Amino acid sequence: MRLLIANGYLIDPTQGVNGGKDLFIEDGRVAGLLARGEGVPESAEVFDATGLVVAPGFIDLHTHLREPGQEYKETIETGASAAIAGGWTSVCAMPNTDPVNDNPAVTRFVIEQAEAAGLANVFPVGAITKNSEGRELAEMGEMKRAGVVAVSDDGRSVPSAGVMRRAMEYARGFDLTVVDHCEDRTLAGGGVMHEGSWSLRLGLRGSPALAEELDALRDCALAQLTGARLHLAHVSTRGALEAVRRAKERGLAVTCEVAPHHFTLSDEAVRDYDTNTKMCPPLRSLEHIEAILDALRDGTIDAIATDHAPHHADEKALEYDHAPNGITGLETAVGLAFDRLVHEGVVNLERLVELCSVNPAKIFSLADRGTLRPGARGDVTILDPDLEWTFDASRSKSKSRNTPFDGWTMRGAAVATVVGGRLVYRRAEESLATSY
Amino acid sequence: MKTESGRRHLLGIGELSAEEIAHVLDTAESFREISRREIKKVPALRGRTIINLFFEPSTRTRTSFEIAGKRLSADTINISSSASSVAKGETLLDTARNLEAMSPDFIVIRHPSAGAPHALARICRAAVINAGDGAHEHPTQALLDAMTIRQHKGGIEGLEVAILGDILHSRVARSNAHLLTKLGARVRLAGPGTLAPPEFASLVEGGGLKIADRVEEAIEGADVVMVLRIQRERQDAAFFPSLREYAVHYGLNRKRLDAAKADAIVMHPGPMNRGIEIASDVADGTRSLILDQVANGLAVRMAVLYLLDGGSLLGQREVETAKPHPAVAETPDAGSRTDDAAAQTRLPLGGELEPVAAGRAEPETAAPPRRFRAHRPKTSRAVATQDDGHGMTDD
Repeated sequence: MRLLIANGYLIDPTQGVNGGKDLFIEDGRVAGLLARGEGVPESAEVFDATGLVVAPGFIDLHTHLREPGQEYKETIETGASAAIAGGWTSVCAMPNTDPVNDNPAVTRFVIEQAEAAGLANVFPVGAITKNSEGRELAEMGEMKRAGVVAVSDDGRSVPSAGVMRRAMEYARGFDLTVVDHCEDRTLAGGGVMHEGSWSLRLGLRGSPALAEELDALRDCALAQLTGARLHLAHVSTRGALEAVRRAKERGLAVTCEVAPHHFTLSDEAVRDYDTNTKMCPPLRSLEHIEAILDALRDGTIDAIATDHAPHHADEKALEYDHAPNGITGLETAVGLAFDRLVHEGVVNLERLVELCSVNPAKIFSLADRGTLRPGARGDVTILDPDLEWTFDASRSKSKSRNTPFDGWTMRGAAVATVVGGRLVYRRAEESLATSY
Repeated sequence: MKTESGRRHLLGIGELSAEEIAHVLDTAESFREISRREIKKVPALRGRTIINLFFEPSTRTRTSFEIAGKRLSADTINISSSASSVAKGETLLDTARNLEAMSPDFIVIRHPSAGAPHALARICRAAVINAGDGAHEHPTQALLDAMTIRQHKGGIEGLEVAILGDILHSRVARSNAHLLTKLGARVRLAGPGTLAPPEFASLVEGGGLKIADRVEEAIEGADVVMVLRIQRERQDAAFFPSLREYAVHYGLNRKRLDAAKADAIVMHPGPMNRGIEIASDVADGTRSLILDQVANGLAVRMAVLYLLDGGSLLGQREVETAKPHPAVAETPDAGSRTDDAAAQTRLPLGGELEPVAAGRAEPETAAPPRRFRAHRPKTSRAVATQDDGHGMTDD
């Protein structure tokens, strides 16, 4: 199978490529970058990317696919379908399923379901502790052998510093990155939104920024102690970003990601008690958004991850106090990143590709991904930076509709997705017509 | 019909204008008189249905709304969480949809979760009145507090008001902070550090709200001292070591009250924890207006129901300020009769402003033809005399 993505503007920071190149993919792997007009290789299918940006496939480090156990919210197939529609060639599936992915049997099940779906690449993330209860270490070695790419007790932090230390020491032996959801629950105190003037005004219980910061500081200190690779998930506060910045200055193997809603919406969005503004970590105040933008500029933030967290409409129809945390994000993340970051001058296109592809591949050691070097996997995200489009949640590929971005118009989108050399998604033709 | 500036629901004081608040208070003044009549009933809301949907225990507020509705001739139904399907696992919105199918005109809701009335308002045709949502707002409480203060201080503007106690969990504190500052008072809050966060001052703009470090500081020179109830049911963590310590360090007692102005008044939204947040001699003292608050609560709730029925808290129906409130114009006081035929206003629904016929009142009401007068011509603005514009609030 041969595919030529022709006439596009190719950006691959790993090769220092930033210009007009044709991308030739053969048998699922990159065969080479060709100069424009070099001709079409024999029997190759041609994708005309005129006016479009061609980038190494985007990799979402933080996705909740809900299967096994909560298939009424999402399945691996529907989640993967939403992923490719949003430009993500790969997603990393968080282990907080039912049962928790804390053993190789669940890991293999996730991989098999993903292969059966045949859409996006799905890389399972295993639990740090058994049943993510924060007490006994899960079988990281066996899960690694079965295919996990990292470990995390996502949805909660590992409360005990002692257990976290052992987890980091142990994970290091398998070269597994330890991912933490930073939240000191004794400080969070059951808060349902960011603690600040809006929580006080709305009478909703607040979770202070310090709950995240304190755990981030602890984790960075433990990374120094253990030498482990630490990745902080969905960082949302100035303090946690500062902790990561300092850890990097000290040369520690610490990375972090940010979710698009955290640089797009502030806690003011909660004012009408729309439960689609409820997630953990919560939407923060403006000063934290400023800190996130600064950290995107200065390189403290390594990746943009969706934290795609589908929930059934009935669950989100509960009172704000009782609705579950999380929003969908696979289909809006790239649009929001373009709209809020690239077009606002926070990051350039090259840096966007680093944030969504190059760095995620490095953070979870995904070999031959996040690059379009010859021999790399034929995963490609094709972008239209200037496409104006409106997100219609009712047409989402996800099984769930819990998003605060329904009806939002954004500038910039992923318009086609190639996984393993196969064009698995292409945006409807009419929308391509508006590209520059 | 909802008018341009009309408000279909009463969800909180935060979104009201000073004008709307003042109009509710003025209207409430004219409703007070109804409760002093022998026949405590006017037909203003005849044929209307009010559902009191209470998911938290309440005696005062629920009873007050129920009586308010009944005195306006509405049919009132009370549903408490233990009696409803909530115990069977039905969601709030399903409960609301089911009630909505029975076409109520008003749903008065109290709920432990902030924002629950807002969720109802989004799906209900009925006017939703917030009777307390979690730690968010309790708008009718603030209105009745303001009414009480106005009666005793002549106005709100320029007053120094101290609010003491559990600010963090108090919807009464929030609603009052909004209302009193909107009407020009300066509000000082004080309580234990765990329950009176400094950030609370950001609730209102303009610096009218301050957090005092100590209770004594808040009381110093105050015109009004409002004591909040210690809401033990909202505290799943310990915010202070013991009730005994609370009473000693934060409770309002005679000695502390001495620092307030000599004519300062004392208020409490009830139910009181005597000997904890308020000493009994203060609660029962001459400065205490706690029972006035309850009486005013009834008038405020009648006013809110009445105004929302017309589609606006601003009294869009008013035609001439000299006219009396049609709903309250009836009075048994013969000495104040007027011969002005124009004052013989009719009710929105076309009903005569006679007391609802009740057996033993018949002879009295049958006697000389009733005339109407303005109850408080200066403050009470007359509302409409026309018959239109008072249909069901359509969506």
